[in-house]
Amino acid sequence: MDNSFAWDSLLDLLAGVPLTLRLTAISVAAGAVGAGVIAGMRLSGVLVLDMLARAYVFVFRGTPLLVQIFLIYYGLGQMRDVRTSVFWPFLRDPYWCALLALALNNAAYASEIMRGGILSVPHGQIEAARACGMSRILVLRRIVLPLAIRQALPGYGNEVISMVKATSLTSIITLMEITGIAAKLIAESYRAIEVFVIAGALYLAINYTLTRLMAALEHHLTPYLRERPKIAAGEPS
Amino acid sequence: MGFGAAGWGKGLAGGALTTVLVALGGFGFGALLGMLGAWAKIGGGRIARGLADGYTTVLRGIPDLLVIYLFYFGGSSVLGAVGHLFGATGFVGFPGFLAGTMAVGVTSGAQQTEVYRGAFRAISRGEIEAAMACGMSPLLRLRRIIAPLALRHALPGLGNVWQVVLKEASLISVTGVVDLLRESQIGAGSTGRPFDFFIAAGAIYLLISTVSSWGLRRAERHFSRGVRRA
Repeated sequence: MDNSFAWDSLLDLLAGVPLTLRLTAISVAAGAVGAGVIAGMRLSGVLVLDMLARAYVFVFRGTPLLVQIFLIYYGLGQMRDVRTSVFWPFLRDPYWCALLALALNNAAYASEIMRGGILSVPHGQIEAARACGMSRILVLRRIVLPLAIRQALPGYGNEVISMVKATSLTSIITLMEITGIAAKLIAESYRAIEVFVIAGALYLAINYTLTRLMAALEHHLTPYLRERPKIAAGEPS
Repeated sequence: MGFGAAGWGKGLAGGALTTVLVALGGFGFGALLGMLGAWAKIGGGRIARGLADGYTTVLRGIPDLLVIYLFYFGGSSVLGAVGHLFGATGFVGFPGFLAGTMAVGVTSGAQQTEVYRGAFRAISRGEIEAAMACGMSPLLRLRRIIAPLALRHALPGLGNVWQVVLKEASLISVTGVVDLLRESQIGAGSTGRPFDFFIAAGAIYLLISTVSSWGLRRAERHFSRGVRRA
């Protein structure tokens, strides 16, 4: 491998890291809000809301993200009403279109994870809380959500990592994040393997860090699963 | 749109066929890699296990699009270098279809490794011990006992991988292969109706995935005959 080329490529690719991280962070945050709404609709017990949420999840999980990105970025402009609306300055911009597509997609996947977490809360716990006289909101806040979050965290972590990978698709609508820069470097130099190794290492580093962060959060949230600290012999207990 | 002489229906159907072929090819290639990886992780030596661990960790940590770029451009530069040895000059294009299928296969192989590994571990020891006690050779054991039982446990996981592969196959459009997505891009470009074409593409993807998940459910039922449900 040519060292100076590798070094220059690394510097070029590093410039794409902030955009990759920003796209991930904003779409995961916005997606979480949407996912909460959709999971709530599915668990509401109201048939219409339930069916709507089901249809949303079916469509967004059943079609490729790239189709969703194209539909929003290229497709929406076909309609006159969209082009003359106040949203057009945003929907004309690949950055906002990419964020919208990523967030909508993430909301579909994350809503199922949240729903699974909420459904995993044992019925007895909720009954006990009701028996203590807690209101529905209080039960949700004190009992259901804390238990559901612990259950859903591993799956949610996987979803965040797949969002990091999904941001690479935004390079196709001209965003210069890590993969966009990598594609440009490969097209300029035809040294696919070197560029691939460096860009891949950057993604691995990001995902490894995220995995560690998620594991630390899980550790923090589940003190009851940790091994008890041993009390040294001779110390007063 | 439509199936008339000036319609795009035929083109879209052809694109859908290409998409399914890429997905099937990638899934099949991934199945080979997955079985190899699972074998390495379960029964391989230290080196084989290390290689398989590295393979799954790396491939699950990097975006599929990057892998497609690697195979497409990397394949071209390898072909170019080989061509150079024989006196050819200039750029040799690597077939996009092959590059895409291999890329999809390599990424799905990493997922399938974990599926097969989990399925093998779900087989109860007693079944394998009983087969040994009957005097079956390792190969016969694999064919008669381990493979059918593992497949039963693997099918739900394989179904998930298949759905992922089907969606991943859409990325092959960046290499210029005229799959369903590329065909709709072409249609969108020449008619100026991108919304209609991408909605149609999305609907066809939904159709393919719905039909295949129906087929998978039937296969699951078939391979779970004789399993008592609580």
